[in-house]
Amino acid sequence: MGLAALVLDMLRGTLVASAGAAGATDALPPAAHADAVDPVVLSLTVFVLACFIGYYVVWRVTPALHSPLMAVTNAISSVIIVGAVIAAGSTIDGGVTLSQVMGFIAVTLAAVNIFGGFVIAQRMLGKFRKKPRVLAGSTGNPTGDSTGNSTGRKP
Amino acid sequence: MSALAMSPNLAAMLYLVASVCFILALRGLSSPESARRGNILGIFGMVLAIGTTMANLQAVTLPMILAALALGGAIGTVIAIRIQMTALPQLVAAFHSLVGAAAVFVAAAAYYNPQAMGIATPDGPNGIRLSSLIEMTIGTAIGAITFTGSVVAFAKLQGLVSGAPLIFRGQHVLNALIGAGIIAVAVWLAMSGLPGAFWTLVALSLAIGLLLIVPIGGADMPVVVSMLNSYSGWAASGIGFTLHNNLLIITGALVGSSGAILSYILCTAINRSIINVIFGGFGADAASAGAAKEQRPVKTGNAEDAAFIMKNASSVIIVPGYGMAVAQAQHALRELADALKGHGIKVRYAIHPVAGRMPGHMNVLLAEANVPYDEVVELEEINRDFAMTDVVYVIGANDITNPAARSDSKSPIYGMPVLDVEKAKTVLFVKRSLASGYAGIDNDLFYRDNTMMLLGDAKKVTEELLKAL
Repeated sequence: MGLAALVLDMLRGTLVASAGAAGATDALPPAAHADAVDPVVLSLTVFVLACFIGYYVVWRVTPALHSPLMAVTNAISSVIIVGAVIAAGSTIDGGVTLSQVMGFIAVTLAAVNIFGGFVIAQRMLGKFRKKPRVLAGSTGNPTGDSTGNSTGRKP
Repeated sequence: MSALAMSPNLAAMLYLVASVCFILALRGLSSPESARRGNILGIFGMVLAIGTTMANLQAVTLPMILAALALGGAIGTVIAIRIQMTALPQLVAAFHSLVGAAAVFVAAAAYYNPQAMGIATPDGPNGIRLSSLIEMTIGTAIGAITFTGSVVAFAKLQGLVSGAPLIFRGQHVLNALIGAGIIAVAVWLAMSGLPGAFWTLVALSLAIGLLLIVPIGGADMPVVVSMLNSYSGWAASGIGFTLHNNLLIITGALVGSSGAILSYILCTAINRSIINVIFGGFGADAASAGAAKEQRPVKTGNAEDAAFIMKNASSVIIVPGYGMAVAQAQHALRELADALKGHGIKVRYAIHPVAGRMPGHMNVLLAEANVPYDEVVELEEINRDFAMTDVVYVIGANDITNPAARSDSKSPIYGMPVLDVEKAKTVLFVKRSLASGYAGIDNDLFYRDNTMMLLGDAKKVTEELLKAL
C-alpha cells in the first residue's frame, strides 16, 4: 500500500544524497533525513503487524458470530471520523473552507456508521443465549450431553 | 491553539489504547458471552479516539462538530433499532457505502487543506508531500470503489434492482480500460497534484466500483458484502497512511483482514475462487436451465403425515435457509422444536456457511427466536450425524442440501460442501413449489424415496405441523 510511496521516497532520498555529494547544489530540500527512519516505513511496519493481528484474531471468531463481526468491523472502520474531525475543526483565518465542509459531511456519515454498527451489534449479541440448564435435563436427551457447541474454527 | 491541547505523544498513546480496545472487541467475538463485553470495549475505544481528536482542536469548531456527530449518531441509532434482522445484509451493505463515501470526503478535505493534516510541504506537487499524495490516491480510489460497489450490493439485496447478473459485451475490456485509466490518473495526480486529476480519479473509481459489482448475481452477494467489508478497512488504512495516524492504519488493517477472511470462508463454502465470483456472472443462465426439466415423481405429504413421522423419531435435525427468514418462520420453528423436545426428541439445527444472505445470518435469526445457541451446529461438526438421525426438517433451504454437489461433476455447484441430509432416515422438505433454488439448479433430493415434500409457505407448514403434534 505505502510501498510505492516508500520506493519513490527512497529514490528521491538517493537523488538528494548524490546531488549533495556531488556538490551540485547547496540548497537541499529536507525531504528525508539520512539518519532518521522515514514515517512511511514506520506506518508500513504498523500496518503489516496489524494485518497479522487481524488475521489471527478473526480466525478465532466463532462462525455463529460472523454477522455481529461484520457490524462491529463496520463500526470501527468508521474510525476515519478522526480524519474527518481534524478536517472539520481546521479553520483558516476564521472563515469556513471547502475542506471544513467536507470534514463535516464525513463526520456525519461516519457517525451514522459508528452508532448504527455498534447498536446493531449489541442488539444481535443480546439475542444469543445458552440453553437453560433446568430445561436441558428434562428433555430426555438419551446421552444427556450438550450438543456440539460451535466454538472457534482453526485456520 | 486549543482548549485542552495535549502533546502529540499523549495523543498517540491514547490512540494506541483505542487500537487495543478495537483488537479486544474483535477478540471477544470468539464466544457470545465475551462478545458483549468486547462490544462495550469497542465503543469505549471509539469514544476515546474521537475525544482525543477533539481535544486537540480549536474550541470554536467543537459545537458544530458535536452537532454533526449527534445528527449522524441519531440517524444511525434509529436505523439500527428499527431494522428487521432479515434485512441485515442490505443494512450492512448500506453502512459500507457510508465508510467509502466518508473516506473520499476525508481525502478531499486533506487535499484542499494539507496544512491541517500535517502533510503540506512547499516544494511538493500542489503544496502536498509526494508520499502523502500517493497514499491519498490509494485511499481515495478504494473509498470510491467501496461506495458505489456497496450501493449496488444494497440495491440488489433490497430488491431495488434485479438480482440477476448484468452482463454486456466488452465488459471486461471496459473494466480493464478504466483500471488502466485509474493508474494513469494516479500518476498524473502524483506528478501535478492538480484538482482535475484528483476528481478524475474519484470519478473513474466510482465507475469501476459500479461496473465490478453489477455483473455479480444476487446469490453471490454475501461474498460481495464481505469483500466490501474488507475494502472499507483498506480505505481506512489508506487514509491512515495519508494522515500518519497509526490508529487508522491498525483499525483499517483489522477490518481489512476480517473481510478478507470472511470472503475466503464463503468462497470455500461454495467451492469457487474469489476471481470466479467477481468475474463469473454465476446464475446468468439459470432461467434457461430450469425450463427443460423432465417431470419425475415426487412424494408429497401433509402436516399430519409429517407429524406422525416426527413423533416416532428420537432425533431431529432442522436445516434452515433464507426461505425461513423470508417467511418469518423462525418463531414457529422454535415452538415446533420445543414441542418435539417435550416428546423427548433430541433437536438440533444445522447451519451451512452460506445459508442466509450474509455470514452468520441464520445464527442471528435463530437467536432472535430464542433458540439456544448451543443447539445450533455448524456444517463440519454435524455432517456425519445425519446418518444417525431419524428426521431432517429442511425449511427454506435448497442448494445447500443438493447431493449433486457430491455426485454430479457437471453440476454448477459440484464440489461445494453440502449438508448430507439424504443420509437421514426421512427428509421432510418444506418448499413453496417444486421450482429450483436461488442458484437455479434442480435438486435431486426431491425425488429420493426417503424424501417427503411438504409444499406450502414455510411458516404455515410449520404451524400446521405444530398443531398436528
